[in-house]
Amino acid sequence: MSEKTKKQEYGTVGYYPGCALEGSANGYDVSTRAVAKKLGLGLKDVKNWNCCGAMEVKNVDPKLQTYLSARVLSNAVNLDHMNTVMAPCNGCYHNLKKAEYDLKHDAKSREVVDELSRKARHKTYEAGQVETIHALDWIKETIGEEGLKERTKGKLAGLKVANYYGCMYVRPRHIFPEKDQGPGSESTSKPHFMDDLLAAAGAENVEFPLKTACCGGAHTLSDSDTSTRLVLNILQAAEAAGADVIATECPTCHTGLEMHQVRAEKRFGKKTSVKIMYFTQLLGLALGIGPRRLGIHTNISDASDLIVDKRLT
Amino acid sequence: MSATPSAALASQSRLPSSLAIFADIEARIDRIIARPGDPEASAQALLQLGEQVLERWLEARGEVPTGEQREGFRLLALHRQGARGEPSFNACRETCRELAYYYNLIKLEPAHPDREKRVGLAAMVAKHLALFVSGKMQVAGLGEFCCAAKPLRAGGK
Repeated sequence: MSEKTKKQEYGTVGYYPGCALEGSANGYDVSTRAVAKKLGLGLKDVKNWNCCGAMEVKNVDPKLQTYLSARVLSNAVNLDHMNTVMAPCNGCYHNLKKAEYDLKHDAKSREVVDELSRKARHKTYEAGQVETIHALDWIKETIGEEGLKERTKGKLAGLKVANYYGCMYVRPRHIFPEKDQGPGSESTSKPHFMDDLLAAAGAENVEFPLKTACCGGAHTLSDSDTSTRLVLNILQAAEAAGADVIATECPTCHTGLEMHQVRAEKRFGKKTSVKIMYFTQLLGLALGIGPRRLGIHTNISDASDLIVDKRLT
Repeated sequence: MSATPSAALASQSRLPSSLAIFADIEARIDRIIARPGDPEASAQALLQLGEQVLERWLEARGEVPTGEQREGFRLLALHRQGARGEPSFNACRETCRELAYYYNLIKLEPAHPDREKRVGLAAMVAKHLALFVSGKMQVAGLGEFCCAAKPLRAGGK
């Protein structure tokens, strides 16, 4: 796909918010929609979407997870006539990409998806019909750094940001064939798209060594103490790096950082004060959108003082 | 210097259980965070602690830790060995690479003004590796982490 065509293709995308963005990560959903509106980008919600299969279904039956993600892609192409689906949630993004990979490379997966689609009476999904992208790809490709610079005029100047991508955005590498393709592409070892976008809006990205480190999200209920200690280490590293705020792009990571920041103080007496915000909330502030319209008040991490101090409104 | 809680826990145990070993490793990392000392020596120590973490993972899986190096680091060779047959172990691949990266920065830029800060960040990377691997070992039922579970695992003996 050429650069120009890609921009056009991404102008209006099928939007798959997934379960988290309708619940605990509502701030990510409203800020994504508000930023899209401000940037003149189109979002068309995927009709009758379902859970991507997340971690729970994958643990029971990986092929069932492939089917659930394939059904979302089938609806996008057959009901909405979209050929691009944008998923802001790392878990959803990862699972749709994995389904795409499995259907392309594994005959058994195709067989299961075809069979379940037939039973559920909808058209099956065939690999290659839809391209799945992340919200970071979407803004980077359509607006880009230059476009953001023009629109934000360095509004985030003076704000020190630690960009935290989490693990599912880049792993496993083989399901992201478009990454690691040289200059301009995203890196799976040192991702930088969020850094690029926030820097374009004027933010100062600090050197943060735990960008893709595990947040312990999968063990947050079964082994809360390990999750808390992993998160505490991430928060302390961000503070040691000089960050005012950790920018996130994964609802699981975001919720984990917020909840375990509180728990770390209660359980281990370790207080950290670095704030946690979705990158779309930061971009929204840079674009002049009010904090409430970005759902910042719905975050557990209270960034109101930071927003006032840094004159982000 | 008074012992940290994790160091005290490690010293109380007469058996080198996984809990005690990881508590000792974390305590040694915490000491470097608290008092970095010579940056290059600290970076070397952190690299070795990272290797010890991966050695525990491999030994718990019944493997002999490799003595080979990859890209000049035994740490990276150990990680590669540890991820064989266990793709989810790649979730700490970049953590290992970050540790090697910081070791290089600290060693090759001795006059850099951020040298001490880099030691602190490297220590947090090493700590993350220890926390992640000990968590994975607990989930996988490898090693001995809980004294209450010991009789069950030992078949009631």
